This record gives sequence, C-alpha cells and structure tokens, in this order.
Amino acid sequence: MSAAPTSADVIVIGGGIHGCSTALHCALRGASVILLEKDHAGRHASGVNAGGVRQLARHVAEIPLSNVSMALWHRIGELVDDDCGFTSDGQVLVAETEEDLANCKARVDDLTLRGFHHEELIDGKELRRLVPAVSESCPGGVISRRDGAAIPLRATQAFKRKAQEQGASIREGVRVEKVSRDGKTWRVATNVGDFLAPRLVNAAGAWADRIAADLGEPVPLEVIAPMLMITAPLPAFIKPVVIMVRRKLSFKQFGNGTVLIGGGYSGRALRDENRTVLDWRKLATNAGTVWDLFPLMRGVPIVRAWAGIEARMPDDLPVFGPSARYEGLYHQFGFSAHGFQLGPGAGAVMAEIIATGRSNVPIDGLGIARFTQQAP
Amino acid sequence: MKAVTAIDQFEESYDLVVVGAGPAGLSAAARAAELGIGVLLVDENPAPGGQIYRAITTTPVGDREVLGADYWRGAEIVARFERAQAGYAARCTLWSIGPDETAAEGEAFEIGLSLDGRARLIGARQLILTTGAQERPFPIPGWTLPGVMTAGAAQIALKSAAIVPAGRTVLAGCGPLLYLLAGQLAAAGAEIVAVLDTTPRGNWLKAAGALPNFLRSPYLAKGLRLMAKARRSLRFVGGVTGLAAEGEGRLASARVARGDAAEIIACDTLLLHQGVIPSVNLSNAAGCAHDFDEAQHCWVPRLDNWFGSSVPGIAIAGDGAGIGGAESAALRGEIAALGAVRRLGQIDLAEGDRQAAPLRSELERALRGRRFLDLLYKPAPQFLAPPQDETIICRCEEVTAGQVRDTATRLGVTGPNQMKAFLRCGMGPCQGRLCGPTVVELIAQANGTTPAEVGYYRLRPPVKPVTLAELAALQQTEAAVKAVVR
Amino acid sequence: MFRSMRDAGGGTRLSFTFDGRPLSGREGDTVAASLLANGIAICRETPVSGAPRAPYCLMGVCFDCLVVIDGVGNRQGCLVPLREGMRIETQHGRRQAEEVLG
Repeated sequence: MSAAPTSADVIVIGGGIHGCSTALHCALRGASVILLEKDHAGRHASGVNAGGVRQLARHVAEIPLSNVSMALWHRIGELVDDDCGFTSDGQVLVAETEEDLANCKARVDDLTLRGFHHEELIDGKELRRLVPAVSESCPGGVISRRDGAAIPLRATQAFKRKAQEQGASIREGVRVEKVSRDGKTWRVATNVGDFLAPRLVNAAGAWADRIAADLGEPVPLEVIAPMLMITAPLPAFIKPVVIMVRRKLSFKQFGNGTVLIGGGYSGRALRDENRTVLDWRKLATNAGTVWDLFPLMRGVPIVRAWAGIEARMPDDLPVFGPSARYEGLYHQFGFSAHGFQLGPGAGAVMAEIIATGRSNVPIDGLGIARFTQQAP
Repeated sequence: MKAVTAIDQFEESYDLVVVGAGPAGLSAAARAAELGIGVLLVDENPAPGGQIYRAITTTPVGDREVLGADYWRGAEIVARFERAQAGYAARCTLWSIGPDETAAEGEAFEIGLSLDGRARLIGARQLILTTGAQERPFPIPGWTLPGVMTAGAAQIALKSAAIVPAGRTVLAGCGPLLYLLAGQLAAAGAEIVAVLDTTPRGNWLKAAGALPNFLRSPYLAKGLRLMAKARRSLRFVGGVTGLAAEGEGRLASARVARGDAAEIIACDTLLLHQGVIPSVNLSNAAGCAHDFDEAQHCWVPRLDNWFGSSVPGIAIAGDGAGIGGAESAALRGEIAALGAVRRLGQIDLAEGDRQAAPLRSELERALRGRRFLDLLYKPAPQFLAPPQDETIICRCEEVTAGQVRDTATRLGVTGPNQMKAFLRCGMGPCQGRLCGPTVVELIAQANGTTPAEVGYYRLRPPVKPVTLAELAALQQTEAAVKAVVR
Repeated sequence: MFRSMRDAGGGTRLSFTFDGRPLSGREGDTVAASLLANGIAICRETPVSGAPRAPYCLMGVCFDCLVVIDGVGNRQGCLVPLREGMRIETQHGRRQAEEVLG
C-alpha cells in the first residue's frame, strides 16, 4: 500500500456527516480529497444526534438545501451502499391550542405561496389517527409525510466508507493545529504533519469557529450540548416523529420499541475535553412534558441519557458557502442542532460549488458574510 | 449508623458519600465517620455486606460450617459500621454523578439517588465508589437458557435465602470462587454431578514465576483448603477446552470438550464462573480514566496511592480498584477514607500518612500472591472471545459473536462505541455490563489489535435505569423538600 | 430450580401470586429468590426475540430477572424484597401499554 497522500485537490476538515458527504461528492466528481478528523467519523454531533430526517418546520432559507437532501435520503442505499437505518413515517408538529393551529395554517399557506408543498395541515381526527397516544385536547397540526429518521453514526460512517471507496483519503485521529495560506495553496498543519490543497472546506462543527478565526473570519459560534434520553422498549404506539409547537419536545419510537426523547435542552459542552455534562434539572423538565402529553409513558425506565457537542449560530442557521474573504475556502458548519438531514444534500451542493463555482440550489442567507461584514 | 429509609430523609449535602456496602464501603464509611466526617453510605441491596459478605446480618443459613469462617468475618466489619455515626440507605440506587455547577469552589458533586420509586439530586463534597466486582462474562452457546446462572448467583441465593439448586448441578470455569462455591453447595446438600475446570494447562507454567510470593501469601492456605474440599468429594474434570449449554427453552445438558474428546452431561443447573472483574460502569460514567490491566485482563481505574481517581474528589476502593479480595477491599476502603478526610481538611497529610502506614503494610501482605492467581486463572482465549458465530454475546439485545466479528471486519468498525450504532450491543438495560469485555475482545481479535487499543464503552448515565415518573417528579421532589425545610 | 436447605430457619411466610398462582415465600428474601425457591423456571421473555429468561446474576447486573410487580414492569426482581400480597407477573417482551400505566 502506498503512503497516504499529503496533498490533494480538496481538504475537508471535520468527519461529521457534512464533511464525509462533501468528501464523497467531491470524489464522485473526480477530485482528489483528504478528510482530516481529530477523533473518528461521527464521534460528536453527527453520531449522537436524534437522527431526525426532518423538513418539517425548517427556516425558509434552508428549504432548498433540505429538498436536495430529502431526495438523496430517499435513495440513500444507492448513494452509500447502506440504508443507514432510514425509515420514512413522517414527522408531525402537534398544535395544542386553536391559536397554535392558526399559526400552523399561516405557515403552511406561506410555504405554498413560495412554492414549497412538503408541509400539510391536518385536523384533530387525522392527528389522532397518526399519533393515537396524543392528548384529546390537541386540535390538529402539520405533517411532512416524506420525513423520517435514520441511525446517525451508521449514516455518517456509511458516507465515510463510500468516500473512501471513491478514493478519498480519510484520516481519523488527525488533529488540525493551524491553517495558513501559502500563495494559492492552503497549508493545514496537524499532529502528523502538513497537508496541502488549493481548496479547503471548514466542516469542523463545534470547533469550526477556531478555523474560521484563524483565517480572519471570526463568527459568534456557541458550543451547545443538546441532550437526549432513550427508554426501554415499549409496544409500538407511535410511528411518526412528533414535535410540539409550544413546548420543547421531540419524540420518536424506533422499530425495536425504544422511545427517544429530546427537546433541545442543552447540557454543558466541554469541547476541549471532548465531553459533555448533563443537566438533570432540564431533563426533568423534558420528562415532565412527556408525563403531561403521553400518560402511558409514565412508568417506563429511562435507560440512557447523553449529549453531543454541536455548534449553534445566533440566528439558528448554518454557515454554508464560499468564504467572504478568500478564494478556495468554503464553510459548512453551525447547523444549530438540525444539520443531520441536510448532510447528504449539503455535501452535493458544496461539491458542485467547489467544482463549478456555482449551484442552482439557492443558499442565500446562509453565507458567513452575515456575521463578518456586519457593523460592529 | 442512622438508617435513611425515604428519599426526603436525605440531607441536602454530605461531606462524603460512599457507594456500595461491601467490605470496602463499610470500612471507608466507618473510618471517615470515626474521624468526625458527615458520611452517607448508599447501597442497592436490602442489607449490608456486598457480595462477599452478602446477607451477613440476615442470612437464614443456620449451620456456620456451610459458609465457612471467612464469611463470618464480615460480621465484625458490619458491626463496626453500625457503631459509627454514618447515614445508611439500603435499596438505594445511585444513578448519576456530575459536577455540582452551583458550588463556589473546590471539589463538589451532584448525585442522583433513587429510593422506593422516588428520585432526588443531592450534594457530595467527596465520593468513594466501592461498587466492587462482577463476574467476568462467560459467553458460551446456550448461556441465556433458564437453568444457566453465574456461580456467584448460586452463592448469593445460598447466603441470602438458604436455597440451593434442586437437581443435578454442574459448575464450570475457573478461579477460587468456583471451588469455594462447590464446597459450600456440597456442604449445603446440593447434588453436584461435576466441576468442569477450564484453567488452561499452560497457565501453570506462566504462573510459576509468581509462585514464591504465593507460597508466602494468605491466599495459599485458603486456596488449598478450598481446592482440597472440592476435590475430595466431587467429580472434578480438568482440562476443559469447550463448553455449551443445551436444551429447548431451558437447560437440559452441558456439552463438554476436552481437546478432541466430547462428553454430554445431563443437568438441571449449570453455574458458570470465569473469575471476577471490577465493576466499571459507575466510575466510567463519572468520567474517571481507566487502563487495561494485562495481568488481570480487565479494565481498572487509574488511581493514586490514596485510591483517588483521575477526577479530583472521586476515589475508588475495594475490588473496583482492581481485584484483590475481601481483606484487601476493607484496607483499601480505609485508606481511601483517609484520603477523602484529608481532602476535606479534617486531617493533614502527615496525619493521613501516619494513620495509613499500618494499613498500607497490611494491604501489601494481603495482596501478596495475587499475581499468581491472576496468571493461573487467566481465562482461555475461547472463553473470552467465543469462536462459535451463533453464540449470543449481548444478552439484552441478543447480538451474536458472529455479528460483531463481521461488523468489525466488513465495515471496519474499530471500537465498541461505534459497534453500538451498528448492532445495538451494550444499549440494553444492563448498559454493556455483560457484553462490554467480550465485544472489546472480539474487535481486538478481528482487527489484530489489543483490548487496550480497542478501548471500552463510553458509559452514559443513568448508570441504572430511572423511570420517567421519577425523573419528571425530580423538580417537584426538590420543591417539596425545600418547603418542608422552610 | 432451587429448594430450601434442610436446616434453614423457618421465618415468617408471606403470600404472593405469580401470574395469578398463589404462592408463598420467606420474609427477607428477594422477589427473584422467592421465584427460584418456588420452582419458577422462567420470569420474562426478551423484547428482541421473545426468548425465555430466568435470573442469571442475582446481583443487579444482568437485568434478566425483570418482572412486573404490582402492575409496574421492568423491576429487577433480585433487588426488590418480597412483600405480603405482592402480585408478580412474567414480563412478556415489550411491556404492554396498559401495564405501563401502573
């Protein structure tokens, strides 16, 4: 076997689902790629998130990227030779009051005007057909029928393996120490030596602000640790993923009967130590919401709780696209706890931008300039 | 001793919380309380004693000869604890250890406790984890059949309930506990049809270098006594190289291989034992660093000479600090207690050293000869990583050895945490306690590396399951407690 | 299957039921020990394949002794002391939703 390459057309920093997807799509376009990951692929947010493959309730600015991604999720097996545990039973947003439902209707109408049709208003009867366990008082909600869920680490590693098969050099356990510019070439210094490429993708997740700052594009990235809990197996009682309008709750029963409970409550992230600390008081609040809405869950044991280390931007939108400062530098981070679904599509669009300089998929509003070029 | 029998009887915070009421925990709690520290000892079981002195205060076994003199030594350890001014909560599960975010400075923890279906978070300035050991997983074909149990389970049944296997009983594996149990069960009237010894013959040679120390050790007399007692009256089958439990829906027989020779032994109960390993779930979830100990072939926490872990303020004593047996556990517990008392500022280093000196020399004596036992009873490779693909290795999620091997090689999975995402091994309620060592072994074997390089599960709290109701009521419990206090 | 030792002290007897069958056990024993002493061979079926299981470690490690006690499932029988009048049931695979209500 020849020695692993130290130069390539593209270097991707970060082995999450975004970095691995971009590496794969660059390789599919014939580029030589080196991916540098300090731990292993999917070690952090990409491997331990809730696995939601969700278009429902997304910010309008993300919907085009999300659409590309959803098409890829529905043929994920062909793309990466692994079904990634993807199932599509829809995601449902539950309105608890008539006022909630009116807001849902306004949102769906607005999307329709913009030409997006994935969200559909449902009445109380359809809601209870889809989510029989939900409280009788809920008047309806919204469903996105093609949504679903996948197994995060398995999906991320499938992208990694497929990228490898397509010739990408995936270097796990390689920690980036400094990034500098050497003429038109990026020099990435690591614990195992320097890597060189004319194009560089910053997909370093919760660590991406350090790389951006190194390159003169500081961003206000917040490191968060969204917490999740999982129960012992229960008989099947709910198929779609459920999220609430009014409260912080997401709820998903897997095929094996276990129920994943999330809600975006953050523990404490210690990114320099690669670990998180749970906040049981917040998890108690999260459990209290389930207690209220799903009485049949009250006696079920919580088997595990955990948190991933994730990047959040102040506007809850990712930083995606070319650098505002340098040619040959691209950012793909800050997915603010909803980036898993976007991974497959964002990698495809990023690879297109890197190869051709443009994409038909609109990414307006996601660029890094919104942070770096604002008046102080 | 002050018994705590309801969740709202706990204080808001303790100087020291000790987890586990075996010899190490009882001794640690007693020593610290004797030095004037506010101590709470929590334990899952209904009565103190841990595993080795299980049910020492409550056992219905009348004939003292059955359990032997070593067992009854536990009574004095419990008696000393009962005389001390420490809190004691039986049937109490500790399910979480985290830093206390509200603490102004110094070492402080917030722990999650559960008692009688109610949970609560309280504070602890120092922690000593004395959660002891568990039997090393011994995955053979059919080990999930009703009728197959661990040898330790049979011993617990004997000590705590005075019950013995009713029909034809086979014991299999290796290590001192197996021979001790054979003797105890025989004395209690069980029908033992065979003791199958899996000690690899080559181990005698490997252990020979450690023999001189063993000959001067307290293990020797005890070991010879056990062995002689078991061999005298029982059918002892040495050189066992393969074992399977067989039966439809429950155990009917044990299939035994000795090299090329095979034998089927009809039996109603099969008791398995392949030595003991530290219980690492709590210390791992608390963030303490662990290393793979080659001699004991298991993960042990990284500890300083006061049994302090890599997390300042958390000490680990007893067999959880590395297997050493009951006598060493009690001594380690006392040394850890002195360490915690010193960290709390109650005594200075010089005083700690002075009080620890006699304990340290006794500990050295108690552990002399341990290495010989570790080397002699190191399990054969086929009992660490089952060669038969169909053998279940994760009892909770029913994952087989073949699946783990295949995933390691075909998908390039290099660690147990990644394996979870593919196979769900270690994700059931036991949190990997009965599959972790085997998964690590299989990955190491498949990738041509060592268990030390493969690493272990990153364990997640709750360390023991807690119900949604208990969790949801946490806030209310706190409010209720505060209201009462006001 | 287990039986009592010949010399075991008598102690107070407690009545309980297992899957509706009236049985008795010794005060001070755990639920798991009481089932073993009554010759109960199987206490649960796994949620994955439905395979029968019995207590395996009796020390709180293996979770194979899970039973339904007084309507509450997923209880570790080896850690719960037997009480007078307890209603103990086999835990069938995944707990039934109505059982979860407790």
